[in-house]
Amino acid sequence: MDTLDAKAKRLSLLNKFGPLMGLVLVYILFVIIGPDSFSSLRNFETILRQATIVGIASLGMTMIIILGGIDLSTGSVVALSSVVIATILSALADTQGGAAMFDIHAGAGVALVAALAGIVIGMACGFVNGLIITKLKVVPFIVTLGTLLLVRGVAKGVAHEQKVDAPLSWLNDLLATRAKGEVGTLLPVGVWILIILLIALVVFLRYTRTGRHIYAIGSNEQTANLCGIAVNKVKLLVYTVAAGFAGLAGVMQFSRLSVGDPTVANGLELDVIAAVVIGGGSLSGGEGTVVGSLIGALIMTVIRAGCQQMGLPNWVQQIVTGIIIVVAVAIDRLRHRSAD
Amino acid sequence: MIVFDEPTSSLAGEDVEKLFDVINRLRESGHGIVYISHFIEEIKTIADVYSVLRDGCSCGTGEVEGASADDIVALMVGREIEDLYPRSERKSGDVAIEVKDLSGKKKPDNASFTLHYGEVLGIAGLVGSGRTEMIRAIFGLDSVKSGSVKVSDLRGDFTVSQRWQQGVGFLSEDRKQEGLALSMSIADNATLSKLSGYGPFGSILPSLQQKATGRWIEKLEIKCASAKQPVGALSGGNQQKVALARLLEHDVDVLILDEPTRGIDVGSKALFYKIIDELVKGDPENGIAPKAILMVSSYLPELLGVCDRVSVMCKGVLKPARDIAQLDERKIMLEAVGVE
Repeated sequence: MDTLDAKAKRLSLLNKFGPLMGLVLVYILFVIIGPDSFSSLRNFETILRQATIVGIASLGMTMIIILGGIDLSTGSVVALSSVVIATILSALADTQGGAAMFDIHAGAGVALVAALAGIVIGMACGFVNGLIITKLKVVPFIVTLGTLLLVRGVAKGVAHEQKVDAPLSWLNDLLATRAKGEVGTLLPVGVWILIILLIALVVFLRYTRTGRHIYAIGSNEQTANLCGIAVNKVKLLVYTVAAGFAGLAGVMQFSRLSVGDPTVANGLELDVIAAVVIGGGSLSGGEGTVVGSLIGALIMTVIRAGCQQMGLPNWVQQIVTGIIIVVAVAIDRLRHRSAD
Repeated sequence: MIVFDEPTSSLAGEDVEKLFDVINRLRESGHGIVYISHFIEEIKTIADVYSVLRDGCSCGTGEVEGASADDIVALMVGREIEDLYPRSERKSGDVAIEVKDLSGKKKPDNASFTLHYGEVLGIAGLVGSGRTEMIRAIFGLDSVKSGSVKVSDLRGDFTVSQRWQQGVGFLSEDRKQEGLALSMSIADNATLSKLSGYGPFGSILPSLQQKATGRWIEKLEIKCASAKQPVGALSGGNQQKVALARLLEHDVDVLILDEPTRGIDVGSKALFYKIIDELVKGDPENGIAPKAILMVSSYLPELLGVCDRVSVMCKGVLKPARDIAQLDERKIMLEAVGVE
């Protein structure tokens, strides 16, 4: 009896702090074997910036995976969002002046409208996903496999199959490195947005009625239904909001590239899903935390950055990341078996 | 040697007899049979020697001939059971639910009955006779083709969520598939239908959920490490107590119980019977009004022991409810198979 309890306790600790321990381990590993610059504060900031796109998208994906669903259209939504932003920026700037591109600086208001449009278009995609999943009762994997192609196609169509140039605006500074000695913020605005959203979602998922409903639906949809939870409404809400996060990830993607690229973020959804799974999310639903998912995103970014800075080829990164995912899932299985 | 593990838990009367014929033939041809069952009548019919297991230990063995059912039950619960079915002075009050000509998609067929506060109305019938379909339709879980359900003064079709708000609660016959979210904690499960009043400004504080649940853990003698333990880690009887705790925590006035004691140990059963009696009795001195209970069961001694009136369903048709004084097991069975 005692040994069982002790084992359960150990496993629950592993569950709680496993991803964090993993992150610390890979970081220390690269500090030791990597170049000296790896341990610099500057590099730490770079890693945070690089993790932001996958990080923001993984916040939304966490909610979907807790719900017991999946969204494969995330990468396409990111691309569509970036294309929409660039199109709106250039259109509004064009009508205002007509001066040569890059000379003009789009106004703050125009940039805000463009960014919001990127988020809204994302939410629209998610709403469609949610509607098909709840009304037609098709499994999310198939629905979003379809919209993965559909949305990517729309993005290419809107962009006329080429990169969409856009005038500069404050959007481009979202993920920019802070200049040395710059006063004010410690981290780029984009990273702050990620942190604020993270805190908001932690509170939402743990301390609100709807947040608890999401866990309940993922754990056992029939029980949720029996308890009077409006299962379909919650699903629709989650798919919509989560795709809004993907739209915001598109804003960050645009910020980094400063063009709208319909071919960008191809396969990003796999990174995002991997981040959630490494962070303790279970694809069978009912489990996962946004903090864990963000740590998952950071683990992958640290490996990528570390390998790059050590001059290791891309295939080594992929093998290492793959191993981490398999180990994370194996731990998850182990935990479930002991729970049964 | 052949082991039968609860072979009759979902068999109808005549199938059980067929099974017993087969077992008898096997015994005569020299096979050793281990027969595991909750039903003491079955043991008395089929077994030569019995052995009682409780909490993982063997606590008594003997010849079936010469042992009374009470002797065996006493071994199972570990104490003498004076009266498995306590029955206080009950007072039938106002109408809680009035069902008129209710028809579902296939079953039931024009079912009508009235349930009062302060009484337990039992629904007997064979598996597949439409008992479950009828109570699910009443609760809004299955669709209603025609007819009406009146709860207090509210007439019409209502969703599950509205039924809970009206003070009606439902205990599922299948706790693993529908009744409980096994990966969630006891506290989450017990508070799931209510999920309000556990924190300021509509927030849900886990500590208050656990505190509220603690009361039921104590009252229902739920054996667990803490309210935070996942329900899946509990024994069947304790899981069922958590499912009942949800109805009590919601403080419903009408309890619809579908096979509430199926597959649980005798100790837990005794507790269920005690709680049911307390609920219909109420406690007028402390301002606790008597509840109304609608209970579906395949276990006839339980129906006769717990209920005030029993109505039998046969092939979707609900016979008029009769006082248990006018009924015995044989009469119920004859009605259930459609002979009378």
